[in-house]
Amino acid sequence: MGYAATIASKRYVFSDLRTLLARASPLRSGDQLAGLAAASAVERMAARLALADLPLRHFLDEAVIPYEADEVTRLIVDTHDGAAFASVAHLTVGEFREWLLDDATDTAALAHVAPGLTPEMVAAVSKLMRQQDLISVARKCRVITGFRDTIGLPGRLAVRLQPNHPTDDPRGIAASLLDGLLYGCGDAVIGVNPAGDSVPAIMDLLRRLDEVRERFEIPTQTCVLTHVTTTLQAIERGAPVDLVFQSIAGTEAANRGFGIHLALLAEAQAAALELNRGTVGRNVMYFETGQGSALSSQAHQGVDQQTCEARAYAVARHFQPLIANTVVGFIGPEYLFDGKQIIRAGLEDHFCGKLLGVPLGCDVCYTNHAEADQDDMDALLTLLGTAGVTFIMGVPGADDVMLNYQSTSFHDALYLRGLLGLRPAPEFEAWLAQVGITATSGALQGLPPQIAAALEDLTGGRP
Amino acid sequence: MSRGLRPDPWTVLRRLTPARVALGRAGHSLPTQEILQFGVAHAQARDAVHAPLHVATLAANLAPLGQPVLTVVSSAPDRPTYLMRPDLGRRLDPASAQHLDQQRPGPHDLLFVIGDGLSALAVARHAVPLLTHFHLARPPEWRIGPLVIASQCRVALGDEIGERLGAPMVAVLIGERPGLSSPDSLGIYLTRHPRVGRLDAERNCLSNIRPEGLPYVEAARRLAWLCQAAIQLDATGIALKDGSIDPAHLAPPNAAAGA
Repeated sequence: MGYAATIASKRYVFSDLRTLLARASPLRSGDQLAGLAAASAVERMAARLALADLPLRHFLDEAVIPYEADEVTRLIVDTHDGAAFASVAHLTVGEFREWLLDDATDTAALAHVAPGLTPEMVAAVSKLMRQQDLISVARKCRVITGFRDTIGLPGRLAVRLQPNHPTDDPRGIAASLLDGLLYGCGDAVIGVNPAGDSVPAIMDLLRRLDEVRERFEIPTQTCVLTHVTTTLQAIERGAPVDLVFQSIAGTEAANRGFGIHLALLAEAQAAALELNRGTVGRNVMYFETGQGSALSSQAHQGVDQQTCEARAYAVARHFQPLIANTVVGFIGPEYLFDGKQIIRAGLEDHFCGKLLGVPLGCDVCYTNHAEADQDDMDALLTLLGTAGVTFIMGVPGADDVMLNYQSTSFHDALYLRGLLGLRPAPEFEAWLAQVGITATSGALQGLPPQIAAALEDLTGGRP
Repeated sequence: MSRGLRPDPWTVLRRLTPARVALGRAGHSLPTQEILQFGVAHAQARDAVHAPLHVATLAANLAPLGQPVLTVVSSAPDRPTYLMRPDLGRRLDPASAQHLDQQRPGPHDLLFVIGDGLSALAVARHAVPLLTHFHLARPPEWRIGPLVIASQCRVALGDEIGERLGAPMVAVLIGERPGLSSPDSLGIYLTRHPRVGRLDAERNCLSNIRPEGLPYVEAARRLAWLCQAAIQLDATGIALKDGSIDPAHLAPPNAAAGA
């Protein structure tokens, strides 16, 4: 079936749902690269007019990628909760936007409807929303998870401590790790992107991170962000794995490009749960996503990159992650060209993830070949803070010396927490005060003796 | 030191990592000197992305290696298009394709493509010394094809170049995505039996080649090893992954995506 809208007596026709969604999407370079973007600003608005009138129910009848051809579609369809959907089943996409923004639609109502929403519904409504809408609604969503601390509580902002080193040098990693802890970061996870991927090297990193966590009795979790199959091998060989990491995407083909499928994720989740290492919760998965990842492996199947991204969140929520984040500006200008596109995408991703029930954080970031700079990151960081983002990254000086991109810094976390009165995860906050990194006011107070001792061990006591 | 600056009393950590640790702070933000240093590094990386490859200079510097030098351009006519349309950077422009089709290179074992990628600076600085070291590291019986300089080049452009020149193997030397601390990092992508449509999983990569990263001698040694292994296996890519390479110098998968 087709969709149509008329503007100034010109009729615009869209042949199917995926085309309608693509043409309605805000302009971005990745959709242009894929040949999916609207050809003109007016065509884009015509698509939005047609989309606004589409009943939400219709999304249950027309898949953007066929059920038979894609296990992500099958997951979305087979796990759809009809009873949860009932409260919005009578709405069009345009009316759904108004329902979401309605003061009467509170946190509980949004949590109730989440299992009844498909990623395509959520992507569709986001295309009709301004940035302030994306912020207002996301702020009402509440997704709370736990492992050794509790992530996602109101008034809290967690930080992933990302102490990467170009050659995985253990002392180099430890240096960035201590720097981050001393800035109050690390409650979301202490997570290293390794330069290598051999199982023994990964196991060594896992053990070292676990030793630091145990030495200081930090109520947080550690992770080495390697392929799920490598982590599974590390678990089999007895490594201390808290969280299983994996990059995921919104189509079966793109996931195949990552070397994964849903059964593999389920196997990894079961293996990590078996270890039973969590204390306050049992959320053992950590996912990363990002608009453009499906297109970059030619696996987007004619679906726009923002809708593909929302489908990745359907994959994520099925495995009850502790945390998930979009790496919004990492992939490069051929997908998100400049600061404007990166900022919009970051807010869309956060909104879509939260509405679907995923504990979404954001790697607010850019590469040096994108038309973006620190000012753009400050804007997105601040907007996401107001939207209630679950966590951000903490990279020394915002400069990741292993992955060669700019993310957010320990200082950025300090800024956002200070500006908006946000606090770390409660268990971690208590630890910071107990060790003496923070005063009772929550303010940083320098170098406590316990950490100073570790510093001496690390550097051989030499100044 | 101004009243507003609070240094971190753990600057000793800076000896252990190139990361920007123990920067100190002014309120919640960075000291002015750190803001400026970051700005300088970003400016250098930006300039590296947009700097053109000086083809004539590079060709002159390659001449002492004694191989014929060919120059080609991709279908991306300028830098903005190159950045927005990676597909165009993976194909030759028609004139360059025709130019290669007219060549009759003798039989050879390995073809080198030297492409600007995302940092012409990396290629200008490191291509010649790397090739010089490779000449010493490789078995002397290997026949090397013409050296092809490619402008507005993505990694996969080597597939079309190799296919048109009938190369059994192509090594693409290419400027990597500049990082703040590394505006001039060179990568090498090795592909057995290059032809249009090869997947990234069918290549092997050496990354971060520069004096502060993977030194020329070591990069040349590993490239020679990879070439030998590729000839034995008659394949590159996932099949060739093996423990004899220090994984620390294999590129993380995502970093290669933009190349």
